[in-house]
Amino acid sequence: MKFLLGKGGALLCLVLAILFPLVASNEYHIYLMSLAFIWVIATAGLNLITGYTGQLNLAHAGFVAIGAYTLGLLTVDYGFNFWLAFLLSGLVSGLIGLLVGIVSLRLKEHYFAIFTLCVGFIIWQLLEKWEGLTHGVHGVIGIPGPGAIGPLSFESGLAQYYLVLALMVLALWLMHRVVTSLLGRTFIAIRNSEELAEALGINLMRNKILAFVLSTVMAGFAGGLYAGSVRFLDPNLSSVTHTFDMITYALVGGLGTLFGPVIGTLIVTWVSQYLQFLQDYRMIVFGPLLVLLVIFFPRGIMGHMQQRLAQRAAQQAEAARRGSANAAQEAETNA
Amino acid sequence: MLKIENMTKRFGGLTAVNNVSAEFEQGKISAIIGPNGAGKTTFFNLVAGTHKPTSGRILFKGTDITNLSADQIARLGVARTFQTTHLFEQASVFDNLIVGHRLRTRSGFWDVVFNSRRLREEERACREKAEEVLEFVGLSHIAHRMIADISQEERKRVAFALAMATEPSIVLLDEPAGGVNPEETVGLAELIKKMVKHGLTVCLIEHKMDMIMNLADTIMVLDHGEKIAEGTPAEIRSNPKVIEAYLGSEHAAA
Repeated sequence: MKFLLGKGGALLCLVLAILFPLVASNEYHIYLMSLAFIWVIATAGLNLITGYTGQLNLAHAGFVAIGAYTLGLLTVDYGFNFWLAFLLSGLVSGLIGLLVGIVSLRLKEHYFAIFTLCVGFIIWQLLEKWEGLTHGVHGVIGIPGPGAIGPLSFESGLAQYYLVLALMVLALWLMHRVVTSLLGRTFIAIRNSEELAEALGINLMRNKILAFVLSTVMAGFAGGLYAGSVRFLDPNLSSVTHTFDMITYALVGGLGTLFGPVIGTLIVTWVSQYLQFLQDYRMIVFGPLLVLLVIFFPRGIMGHMQQRLAQRAAQQAEAARRGSANAAQEAETNA
Repeated sequence: MLKIENMTKRFGGLTAVNNVSAEFEQGKISAIIGPNGAGKTTFFNLVAGTHKPTSGRILFKGTDITNLSADQIARLGVARTFQTTHLFEQASVFDNLIVGHRLRTRSGFWDVVFNSRRLREEERACREKAEEVLEFVGLSHIAHRMIADISQEERKRVAFALAMATEPSIVLLDEPAGGVNPEETVGLAELIKKMVKHGLTVCLIEHKMDMIMNLADTIMVLDHGEKIAEGTPAEIRSNPKVIEAYLGSEHAAA
C-alpha cells in the first residue's frame, strides 16, 4: 500500500491514463475523461486554498469562468492566438484572485466563505449582464481549439486528450512540489491553527494570499482549457453549483491530499455518467452514496488510506524502537 | 529584556488589563498568577501581539514592539505556548516541529518551483532544528508518533519544543503544567529550569502554586486586570492582598 500511495501509485495512474484511449469504447468517453482532467486541475487549485490552507473559497467556479471567458473572448472577439490567450487565462484569473484575496482574506472562517459566495455571485452576474463584453446569456460560441505548436497538432480529440493529460500532470507535479515543501508546511500550519501559526512567526495574510492566488491561477488555466475543449461558454459555468461539484470531488477523494482531487473527480464523474440512465433520479442514488462516504471515510478515500498508512508506520517505528531498546538491555545484562 | 509600561486593554466596557507595568529580567523565571479571569492570558496576548493594547508601551530589548504584529514579534524572539497546545493531531511529532523554524527561513514560491539550493538548505536546517529541540525536551524517542496518540504531558513538551524551534530569547508559557499529573509537573519544571540554563528568559502563567513557589524568581499577581503584588515567592506568600484575592477577605483578616 505504501508503494501505491507514493510515486508508484502516481506512475501507475499515469500509465493507465496514457493507455485509457486504447481501451475507451468511443470518442465520447475520451472527451469525457479529458473534461474530467480539466476539473481535476481546477479542484487541485481549490484543494490548495481549502484543503491545505483551510480557507473555504466558494467563488472557485467564478475563477474557472474568468479563465474560460478570458480565453473565449480574446480568441473570438479580439483575434488572439490560442496559446497567448491561454497564458492570459491563468494570469487574469490570478490577478483578479489577488484583488479579491486582499479584501476577502481579512475575514476568517465562515465569514470568508460567505464573502466568497457573494464574490462568486457577482462574477456570475457580471458575466450575464455585461453583454457588451461577455455576450451575456447568449454565451460565447465558436471558440477555437488549441492551435498547433510547431509539428504538434491538437486537432483530434485524442491529441487534445493527451494535451490535457500533460497539463494536468504538470499541475499536479507543481502541487506536489508546493505541498511537500516548507511553503506547504506553512499553509498546513495556518489550516491547523492560525493562532499558533502566527505565534510561530508566520505572516498569515501574505501566505493566505499566496495560496489564494495560486489556487485562482490554477482555476484560470483549467477554465482556459475548458473553453478550448467545450468551444462554447455561458455564464452558468461560474455558478456555485460548479463550486459545490468541486468541493464534492475534493471531499470524496480527500481534502488536503495531493491525489484526492484526482481520485474524487474521476470517481464522481464516472459514477454520475453510469447513473445517467436514471436521469433526474440519479441524485437519489448518488446522495446516499455520498452520505455513506462522509460517515465512514470523513477524510475521503486518499485521506483514509494515508491515515492508515501513517498509523501503521508509527506502529512499526515504535516496534523497531522497542526491539532495539530490548536488544540493548539484553546486551547490558549479558555483559 | 521585556519591559511593560502602563499597559491597559479594554474590550468594550471591560477593562481586562488595567495600567500594568512590569519588567522581566534576562535569565530569570517570572510567574504571573491570579484568580481565573484576572487577565493573565490577555496580558500574554498583548505582549505577543495577538491583541493591541488600548494604551501603554511594550519594550523588548529596548525596542518598542507595541504596534508590531504577532508574527513580527515572534521573529524578534518572543515565543509562546498556549493553554491548549493547538498541535496538528494527524501528523507526527516530528512533522509538527519542522514548521517551527520557518520564521528563520526565506524560501518562497519560486524557490519551491525551481527546488532552489536555498530551499534545500533551509529544509535541512528546519529538520535539524526539529531534531535538536526534540532532543532538548527529551522526546526523541517519540518523534514518529502521531500527536493524537501521545499524552498531555508529551504534548506540553512538544509545544515547548515548537517554541524553542523559533530560536527565541524569551518564552511565554501559558499554563505549562495544565492537565498534567504531579510527578510529570516536576519533570516539566525541570525542563523549564533547563531552558533558563540554556540562556532563555521564561515568563509563565500557572495555577499550580507548589510549582510556582519552587520555580519562579519573581511573581506578579494580577486580580481584575490590576497588578496587586509583585515580589519573591516568600513575599507573595505572606502578602495580605494576595491572600485576600485568592481566599476572600475573612481569611486575610484572620
